[in-house]
Amino acid sequence: MSQVLRGLCALAAGTLFGLGLSIAQMIDPAKVLNFLDVFGTWDPSLAFVMGGGLAVNAIATPLTLRRPHPLLETRFHLPTLRQIDWRIVVGGLIFGVGWGLAGYCPGPMVTSLSFANGDILTIVLAYAVGTVVTRLTLERVG
Amino acid sequence: MTIVNFTPWPALLGGALIGLSAALLLFLNGRIAGISRIAGGAIHPKKGDFSWRLMFVIGLVLGGFIYQWSGIAPGVGHITALVDTPQLIAAGLLVGIGTTLGNGCTSGHGICGLARGSARSLAATLSFMLAAFVTVFVVRHVVGG
Repeated sequence: MSQVLRGLCALAAGTLFGLGLSIAQMIDPAKVLNFLDVFGTWDPSLAFVMGGGLAVNAIATPLTLRRPHPLLETRFHLPTLRQIDWRIVVGGLIFGVGWGLAGYCPGPMVTSLSFANGDILTIVLAYAVGTVVTRLTLERVG
Repeated sequence: MTIVNFTPWPALLGGALIGLSAALLLFLNGRIAGISRIAGGAIHPKKGDFSWRLMFVIGLVLGGFIYQWSGIAPGVGHITALVDTPQLIAAGLLVGIGTTLGNGCTSGHGICGLARGSARSLAATLSFMLAAFVTVFVVRHVVGG
């Protein structure tokens, strides 16, 4: 029962997230690329998207984590790694190059599947291949 | 520098909704709303840890549908990718490789991680922002300039 409830909550949270990305117009790569073009046609809007999301969580996250456990789960599933290693920096750099090349980070990319056009399917497929191959490689080398 | 198409209010509202979504997912399910990790676990599932990820991904697409069908944004159906197919494929591959290697993307590190005060997320966010700014600069002003 609680698994069904958690699934429905994940569906609701995902819907809210997709709606938020859409209203913020992050699903428009032209807007994303203009945000990244500080020395050309700069559109500062995306700083407000991150700022808005961060502001809500800067308040909500510490309050939530003060509770013994989430409402529908026995424990919080938080990252356990603390150390800044080469993977987090190199991974970030590689991701940034891909983001700058087309203006799609994972959230807007997946949300844009709602447009159901060939370009979106192409980039999502490439993203899925990159993800699975890297996950398999990391599993093998540890 | 020329400032174009600046839309602070929809950006702030959309950002707040994204923040609310992440706050709810943590409060209810105890999960981080990091899209690359949620989607990664949906396309390359581990046993017993799949269905909520799939539901979240379906929700993302549903959110996009609701936005288009609601009619609050005329012209939204005309949004298209701006680059050719080889560049789209390269971009998708790099985003997949980079977010998997770096354990997260704009949402997981840039919003959830920073809100938790994670040093790893700060390092990741600075890395991908720097690389994205440099990439757009090179593409638009060095190669295409």
